Amino acid sequence: MAVENTQELLLNMGPQHPSMHGVFRMVVNLEGETVTKIDPKLGYLHRGLEKLAESRTYSQFIPYTDRLDYLASPHNNWAYVQTVEKLMGVEIPERAEYLRVIFGELARIASHQVMIASTALDIAGWTAWSYAFRDRERILDMYEMTAGSRLTVNIMRIGGISAEPPAEFWPALKAFLDDTPEMLEEYYGIFLGNEITQGRLKNIGILSKELAENLSITGPVLRASGVNYDVRKAAPYSIYDRFDFNVPVRTGCDSYDRTLIRMDEIVESIKIIKQAVRDIPEGPIMAKVPKVIKPPVGEVYHRVENPKGELGFYIVSDGTTKPSRVRIRPGTFINIQMLPIVALGWKIQDVVAIFATLDAVLGEVDK
Amino acid sequence: MDVASEKRLREDESLMQKNVLVTNIDKLLNWARGHSFWPVTFGLACCAIEMMATGGPRYDISRFGWEVFRASPRQADVMIVAGTCTRKMAPLLRRIYDQMPEPKWVIAMGSCANAGGPFVDSYSMLAGVDKVVPVDVYIPGCPPRPESLLYGLLQLQYKVSNPAKVRLMRNGK
Repeated sequence: MAVENTQELLLNMGPQHPSMHGVFRMVVNLEGETVTKIDPKLGYLHRGLEKLAESRTYSQFIPYTDRLDYLASPHNNWAYVQTVEKLMGVEIPERAEYLRVIFGELARIASHQVMIASTALDIAGWTAWSYAFRDRERILDMYEMTAGSRLTVNIMRIGGISAEPPAEFWPALKAFLDDTPEMLEEYYGIFLGNEITQGRLKNIGILSKELAENLSITGPVLRASGVNYDVRKAAPYSIYDRFDFNVPVRTGCDSYDRTLIRMDEIVESIKIIKQAVRDIPEGPIMAKVPKVIKPPVGEVYHRVENPKGELGFYIVSDGTTKPSRVRIRPGTFINIQMLPIVALGWKIQDVVAIFATLDAVLGEVDK
Repeated sequence: MDVASEKRLREDESLMQKNVLVTNIDKLLNWARGHSFWPVTFGLACCAIEMMATGGPRYDISRFGWEVFRASPRQADVMIVAGTCTRKMAPLLRRIYDQMPEPKWVIAMGSCANAGGPFVDSYSMLAGVDKVVPVDVYIPGCPPRPESLLYGLLQLQYKVSNPAKVRLMRNGK
């Protein structure tokens, strides 16, 4: 007998919930198990970074950018220091550019490994999580031997990079790159090739091409919806125009393709790092910049391709040692706008999977 | 039983050879508590990633018996506050602490949870979670390495297993 007159249930997910990737909170209206409305609540990790920037000097703000998207901290450093360099008109040495690319792409691999791991964890696949975390430690080791820190590495400086990698860095990098195809096979075998995973992710949470474009979604989430857009190709920054790599595009538009495209991106990142290691020249790693950074009066916007989407910095300088205004355009903050639209009509456990494939980092979302 | 006879019983070799150990119930319970913490997952920011790495394959927190991370505070006895606690989050932190059953302990992991860290002068920051909940162990670092978290948990284990000694140490004796 069918149950009539069921009541709508209001469910609070988060901010303390293991699948909310930090402190995201959503209020979900449920009809049985089916989601009828999602109301995301943000701001539980709002640290006021943009305001803090106004009371820090240009160099002092670099470590704060580490704490935006803490899974790929070299990328945030990179975006910020490049913005300041653009404002000052500093040319940085070749070797520093290559080292920045190497660390940036290593960060992309590490970030995507965490994404694969946490997606597996959110659909209750504990083993795949530990595989990806095991391999990620090797990248953290490489950070550590160069910059001295594991997670928030603070490796970039205005005008170059903070440290020359030690002698043992290069063999470790080579061994890591050689082992990565095998790692990806393992992830595929244990996680993405698994029938249960495919049942949980395939054809779930369809983000159409039009909707993705209208919501100005960027990064792998956009490319999994069939749009070939990557800042590294569309507006090449640093030395990305010298490398031969593809932008992986998938047309599935579902949670499964959003996860699988991360695997494709790891393959492309390895290609880039191999070319960078081959071509890296000798030379200095810091340009001649003044000790006290004082950019000229003006404003500048610069964007890079963060592992999670497009990361932009907008800086207004009034000619003093501190920025007058810093605005951060985080990729995932804009990407999670799709959640209340796309997740409607799915079951509550699918919403967890859809949110996992967005790979949101709340440090970046709430700033 | 007076202290002298308890000591005599504990050092009795013949009991030892029969695989019998004599202790008191408090010590037994504290030993069990200290060797099987069930932490509540309270990952807030960057430190949460290092907390996950501690649970991961390399640092392997289960060597110590603390790997049972519970999502529900009602099943946990240690809260590892890993990351930045903002003013908006503070009431929730207190609420989750209140939901945990006694006995319970709190570890403040990372500079933000200790004292506000690099964000201390921000308008939205809670400068240290000890303003909201009582903290047992402070772990410095931004973020602390997984080894630091393990050391902090070992310190908490010492505190739990030796309540009298810790009380004396706190009073400077």
